[in-house]
Formats: sequence, structure tokens, C-alpha cells
Amino acid sequence: MTLKRHDGRKANELRPMNAKVGVIPNADGSAMFSFGKTIAIAAVYGPRQLHPQHMQNPATGILRCNYDLLSFSVYDRKKPGPSRRSQELSKVTQWALQPALDLSEFPNTVVDVEIYIIQADAGTRTAGINAAALALAHAGIPMKNLISSVAVGKLDTELVVDLDKSEEDFEEGEGPTDFPVAKLANTSQYTLLQLDGKIQPERVSEVLKLADVACAEIYEVQKKALKEVVEQ
Amino acid sequence: MSSMEASNATIENFKRMFEQGKRFDGRGLFDLRQITAETKVSNSAEGSARIRLGKTEVLAGVKLAPGTPYPDSLDKGNLIVSGDLLPLASPRFESGPPGFEAIELPRLLDRAIRESHVIDLSKLVIKPNEKVWTVYIDVYPINDDGNLLDAALMACLVALKTAQIPALNENNLVDYDKPATGKMPLSADIMPLSFSFFKLGNTLVMDPTREEEESMEVRITFGVSKWNGQYMINSCQKSGAAPLNRAEIEKIVALLPKKYEELIERLKKFF
Repeated sequence: MTLKRHDGRKANELRPMNAKVGVIPNADGSAMFSFGKTIAIAAVYGPRQLHPQHMQNPATGILRCNYDLLSFSVYDRKKPGPSRRSQELSKVTQWALQPALDLSEFPNTVVDVEIYIIQADAGTRTAGINAAALALAHAGIPMKNLISSVAVGKLDTELVVDLDKSEEDFEEGEGPTDFPVAKLANTSQYTLLQLDGKIQPERVSEVLKLADVACAEIYEVQKKALKEVVEQ
Repeated sequence: MSSMEASNATIENFKRMFEQGKRFDGRGLFDLRQITAETKVSNSAEGSARIRLGKTEVLAGVKLAPGTPYPDSLDKGNLIVSGDLLPLASPRFESGPPGFEAIELPRLLDRAIRESHVIDLSKLVIKPNEKVWTVYIDVYPINDDGNLLDAALMACLVALKTAQIPALNENNLVDYDKPATGKMPLSADIMPLSFSFFKLGNTLVMDPTREEEESMEVRITFGVSKWNGQYMINSCQKSGAAPLNRAEIEKIVALLPKKYEELIERLKKFF
């Protein structure tokens, strides 16, 4: 280990995490999840009647996710409204969460998950997924498992977890690689896999192992937040 | 060709066949269909190509236009990758605002091309800090018979390999009456290609036809190139809700170098 992280973290060290369940009284379920300065909030509405009717599935309820940045969550103001980026991330978030849910008891309905980033310092989709998994559990949606998510990064040749924005802008050697992963907790089933950068195929196993350890830590934070709201 | 969701009977049928390693067209599960490429399909473009992968056909064109650099990269040209799923190419595609597939396709092509650094954008500066070339790569499927993404990236690569830089007049506007001033600044040995793997039941399959693709549960695509003699994954996206387990991911990743060499061997005669 030769690389020094600017905030003094070890390669496998996550930023301080914070999770709180029940942050939006109107919602059927809600949660906040943060990695360091990245803060995500999520609300769940449903199961509720799905309109338009032609989207209804008589065999099962469906999941619909919406992810976006608040306009002031980034230094260069983000134009409000959906972008191509947010539409892609909404969809991969939905795919990441769906395997944890069982909506077969709720035919013709939709479960809406709304995720917004209040403050962005990289890792927004993974923080959003962690918040959304908590909000779904808080809403009492039947779930087989929780989903935990983290981005593994590669800075030149070093693997590190949970990159922040300044690390994402790293430009030396093999440059920065961002490898966001989500998984069903305590399994080897991965529900989100994305990547951009430069990584040797033979190092993917190492990435998954780092993600497993980090996700186990995130899972504990999520469980604790859920217990707190139940005990209240 | 159907434009409906696959029926349960079709899915069960494919599942059984794939488990026995069989396909209707006699290919193995990881075999690509026949590939042909043509270049210079539009002489109005700075570079262009047509790729046929089985019955899937995609056109890609490269256009260059003088533009202003982005504030965070004043010393580099710009790269914009876009594409459209024209109703011409399939009964599945409709006109109107882009659906998710039409949003995802160019974004994945952009990541694979950009992260490979095949284009040396620092050589596309006209006047430092003020004027740079904007490289537009536009992709149009002409006939969709499955695996559009991999075919589209092949078309982009071949189009880039043939692309030239047009001449400018004294006002820094493109002058098509003058001969081109040079070739596109590409790194000779970086060639981004993508490899999509599809899962149905417990079987992984490559290069599905449209009919096969409609039965699949999930796709994972890897953008691959070679950098300093090493194979590099430049991009990855899992599309679809079904999870992938560790063994599947490791199996796919281990196949990438071999598949990359095979595909380069089949493509390089075209440029």
C-alpha cells in the first residue's frame, strides 16, 4: 500500500456513515443514508393503484424508482428535471432493488421509490440505493433481504472503497476507476454492477471481495437504523 | 419478427435448449454471428461505417465541427456520442421522445470509447483555450436482430479508424472544398470493443438474436480495450433486474481476453 488517501482513510475504509429511518412523515416509508458528505434521502409510496392502467401487471406489483440530484447538491447547479444521467441511474437503481422485493401479493399496484441527493460528494447512486432499501423495509414492503451498495475505486493500481469526489478526479498512472456494486446482503448475488475507467479483468475478483466486506459493514449500519425506528 | 414480449413457452424452450448448449442457428453459446463491415457509407461524414452482425445492421458516422472547449478541459477536444433507435429498424421502435433503451445505448458507447482513450483529444485543439474540434459519433441501427450494443461499438470503431480531419478556412469554419488535413488522432493499439453476456435460467449466452434476447433475464456488458499491452475493462453495465452471482461474473471476466482477440482478428481486415 503506497497510496495515501487525502482524508487519511485506509484502502478498505468507508467514509463515516449515517442512517436514519422515518425522515419523511407523509411517506409510507422513508430513510436518509450518508457516506461522508454525500447525503441521500428516499421515500416510498405504495403499494398503490398504478396508472396508466396498461402498465398494470395482474401477476405482481411493480417497482418504479426515480433518482435525481437536487439542483444545489453540486457545485455547478444542476438544471432541475430529469437528465439522461438521472434516467439511467433511476433504472439501474430499480434493477438493484427489485431482486430483494416480493410484490406478488399486490397485483396491479406500483411501489414508487423517490430518491434525491441533497449534497453530492461522489457515491450518490450507492448512497441512494442504501437509503431506498431502508425506506422499503420501513414501508413494510415484503422483502427477502436488504440491499447494500458501495463503489469500489481504483486509483492508478490501488483498489480503495467509497471514493469521494476529489479521488474520482485522480489523474495519474492508470487513472481513476469507479466500480459501483450492490448486492443482496450476506449472499454472493450482485444486483448492481457498473464501471468506468480502466481495470484488468483478473482484478475483478478482488473488487468483489472488497465490496463484500464494505457491504457487510453497511448492512450493520442499515440494520441498526431499522432497529432504532422499531424500538421507538 | 415479433415485437411482443416473449411468451412463457418460448422462454422455457430457450431455457431447455441453452442448457443443452443448443441454438436454432447451430452456434455455440459464446459464438458470435458472421461479421461484415463496409467503410465510407457516407462521403459527407469525416468517417463512417456499416456493420452487419448476422442480420443486425448498424451505421455509425463521425462528424467534426469547430467548437468551444468545456471549461474543465480547455486543452482538449470534445467528444459527443449519440444515437437514435429509428422506427425504420424494428417494429419495437417508436418515434417520439427517447425510451430507456435509446438513452442507455449511446451512454454505454460513450463510456466504452471515452474511458479507453482511443481518441487523443489533446491533439484536437485548434486554438488553445478557445477553439477545439468537437467529435460527434452518431449511431443508427438499420435492422435490429439483437445485440445492438456490441454491433454499434464495432461500427463506431471502424468509423473512427477511417475518419479524417477536414480543412478549415481563414475564419475557422470547415471548408469541404479543400482536401482533409490528416487522420483522426487515434492511439494505434487502443481499440474499444464491447462484449455483452446474457443470462437465462442458469445459462450464459453471447450475441443473441432478437428472439433470443427477448427471452433473457439480464444482460451484462463489458467495454474492453488493450492499454500498454494489458487487457483493460473500461466500462461495465448490468442491465435487467435478475442478479448475477460471483461465479458467473468471474467466468465472464475470464473469457474477455480470448473473446477480444477473436473479435479483433475478425474486424481488423476492415480497417
